[in-house]
Amino acid sequence: MRWTIMQTDTGAGRPLPAGPGIDRELRLAFPGTPLSVRRALETVMDGLADLSLGTVEAGGVELVLAEALNNVVEHAYAGSDPGPVQLCCRHEEDGLHVEIRDRGREMPDGHIPMADTAPHLPDEAEIAEGGFGWFIIRHLARDIAYRREADMNVLTFRVAVGLRMLRN
Amino acid sequence: MNLTANVHGATLVITVHEPRIDAASAIQFKDRMRALSGDAPGRIVLDLGAVGFVDSSGLGAIVSVMKQLRNGQNLELAALTPNVDRVFRLTRMDTVFPIHERIEDAVDDHAD
Repeated sequence: MRWTIMQTDTGAGRPLPAGPGIDRELRLAFPGTPLSVRRALETVMDGLADLSLGTVEAGGVELVLAEALNNVVEHAYAGSDPGPVQLCCRHEEDGLHVEIRDRGREMPDGHIPMADTAPHLPDEAEIAEGGFGWFIIRHLARDIAYRREADMNVLTFRVAVGLRMLRN
Repeated sequence: MNLTANVHGATLVITVHEPRIDAASAIQFKDRMRALSGDAPGRIVLDLGAVGFVDSSGLGAIVSVMKQLRNGQNLELAALTPNVDRVFRLTRMDTVFPIHERIEDAVDDHAD
């Protein structure tokens, strides 16, 4: 398994040499814009190729990452200049651990949406605004946690994929 | 955003020649759909066979296109790839749109 650390301006891959002990981790930094998110997803999915995920598993990872990163662009950085986004993916026995950091606005009331309720389908007005984001995240991710660290939002979750590979 | 429209009998087939309908392309998708579907007489089938990825913004764009149809127009979907199909099922949008497995099914059904 080959993992790389990348620091990018645009979300496109510019690999830096991986150091000792971090060979199962993938890090990206990019500006919070829709196009950078798209390129970052491409870079991550290329980086995860070595996990040999099936179409459905890989599609789920890409979708949940897209929703979480789109939320940063559309909400945390709404109405301001796009700020930096940091994405870290680490593969462990129980799946892919994801951490996303941004310097944008805090989540409303300091909680992720739907935190206290079962995921519910958004109403019609919300759907046309892309309101399915958290619904999808809640379905595809586990151990979702949000915290504020100084001026930073930190969202962490796990996607239960690539489990067999490490068991074998 | 590369979309093309072809008339098959009474059906307008709009084909998306892009791998993704996502947050970066949702607005262009809506604009192109509006331009291509404006004069359609009734049934519009969206061929998603080339699209491998739709996020909630892309899904929202497709729903928004449906909501802006004129009286007498309706939107159906065809040829969903596995991950796009899952997004529609997960969000129950598969109960909102008629979905055809293949574009041929969508067009043949209404050949007369």
